[in-house]
Parts: sequence; C-alpha cells; structure tokens
Amino acid sequence: MSFWEYANPRRFMALSAKIQPWVWAAATVLCATGLIWGFFFTPEDFRMGNSVKIIYIHVPSAFIAINAWFMMLVASLIWLIRRHHVSALAARAAAPIGLIMTIVALLTGAIWGKPMWGTYWEWDPRLTSFLILGLFYLGYSALWSAIEEPDAAADLTSILCLVGTVFAVLSRYAAQFWSQGLHQGASLSLDAEENVADVFWQPLVISLAGFVALFLALVLMRTRTEIRRRRLSTLTARDRLA
Amino acid sequence: MTLGPYAFDILLAYALSGALVIGLVVQSVAASRATKRRLEEAEK
Repeated sequence: MSFWEYANPRRFMALSAKIQPWVWAAATVLCATGLIWGFFFTPEDFRMGNSVKIIYIHVPSAFIAINAWFMMLVASLIWLIRRHHVSALAARAAAPIGLIMTIVALLTGAIWGKPMWGTYWEWDPRLTSFLILGLFYLGYSALWSAIEEPDAAADLTSILCLVGTVFAVLSRYAAQFWSQGLHQGASLSLDAEENVADVFWQPLVISLAGFVALFLALVLMRTRTEIRRRRLSTLTARDRLA
Repeated sequence: MTLGPYAFDILLAYALSGALVIGLVVQSVAASRATKRRLEEAEK
C-alpha cells in the first residue's frame, strides 16, 4: 500500500481514529512525567537557581513552535505539488497550535528573562525572529479565514508558508548566526558537550517528547475537524442548490 | 520544596502556559465534537 493512499480523507479518518487514543495517552503520560520530574525532583542550577524549572516548558514549546512551521511547510509543498486536500487541511490545523506554542515560548522566555537578564524583552535576533514567526502564524490563519474558495485559500496560504519559513529558520539558528544578543545557544543538542547537565537533561527530553506527542494528537484531532467541516460545507452548499 | 526568590516567576510561567495549552486542547475538543454533531445531523 502506498503512503499516498492515506491522503484519501476516508482512509485518513479511519487510520487517525485508531491512532488518536494512543497518541493522547503518550502525550499525557510523557508531559506529566517530564513536568512533574522537572518541577519537583530536580535541584537548583548554580547560576539560575530554581528559575531553571521554566526550561521544561520553554524549550519544548519553542521546539514545537519552530517545527510546527516546518511540518506546515512539508504539508504545503505536498498540496502545491500533488494537490492532496488532507495535507492542506493538516497545515491549516497545525497553525493555531504553532501560534499558541510561540506565545508560550515568548511568555516563559520573558518571565525567565526578567530576573536573569534584567529585562522582559530585548530586540535580540532570536527573540525578534520568534516574534515575527508568531505574526506569520497569525497572518497564515487570518488568510485561511479570509478566502472563501478553499483551493485558492490553500494555494495562497501555502505560498505564505514558504515565505514564513525564512523566519522559522532564523528562529532556530539566530543564536548561531549572530553572536550578539542575549539569548544563549541551544539547551539541547546532538553534540553532547553543549547540552545541559544530565540532571536537567533527562526530564527535559521527556517533556520534549510529551510536547511532540501533544502536537501530533492535536494535529490529528484538528485535521479530522477540518475534514468534517469541509464535508459539512459541501453538503450545505448542495442543499442550497437543490 | 522551596522555590526561593523566583517562586512568583516560576508559578506565573507554569500558570500562563498551562492556561494557554489547556485552553487550546479544550477548544480543539469542543470544535471537534460540535463539527461531528453538525455533520451527523446534516447527513441525516
């Protein structure tokens, strides 16, 4: 069976109905474990004190905020190249999740920044590109709502997604591109020398896995809602013509 | 466990994030149920 057969809305609905409960269960268990472990059972950092506990939300939410856009990019490219409606609807479904995760990352970063940096906000390259990414999420969702014809909306939002990818890349790599600015380098890296200490790293990775599972669960649920909404509008239009 | 001088900041970060994420989940579940119900009615 080809992967593309799941682009059929019926097949997608059947498969996602089976997967969804497991993904929700994984998200609940992993988020609860990571956050409870991080909040209650980790020591103070020698420089940051207990404010280090904010990273268990800040890092996973920032990770999802950036990677949700890359998921939307892949879905948009699939729509533009192969015209599969499910992929366009999945991109639309992911945008509000990315927006909320961007707001969470900005808020938790600002709250952590005040005692550590002495300011809630700085026009630092990473913070600024992240703010612009948040505005792109808003614009993307607004554009979907503003255009009535679904295929035209999918086309235009896909183009906007390609443009916004520049800011998703900048948000990810700004701290490496520019040495100036307050934001430090990555807390998690495949290069073990750069990572935070194991005592913080272990609950952080579990929390990150929980946020990834939560993102997948929400994307599945919201894509199913978008498919149903599309079917509903088709039925309503047919009734009006009859 | 004591959170020390950053207690307010830590609790505020967790409270705001929790409210936003739980709000998103509740909105997604509510929209899913409402759309499913409306579609079932329309298909009848």
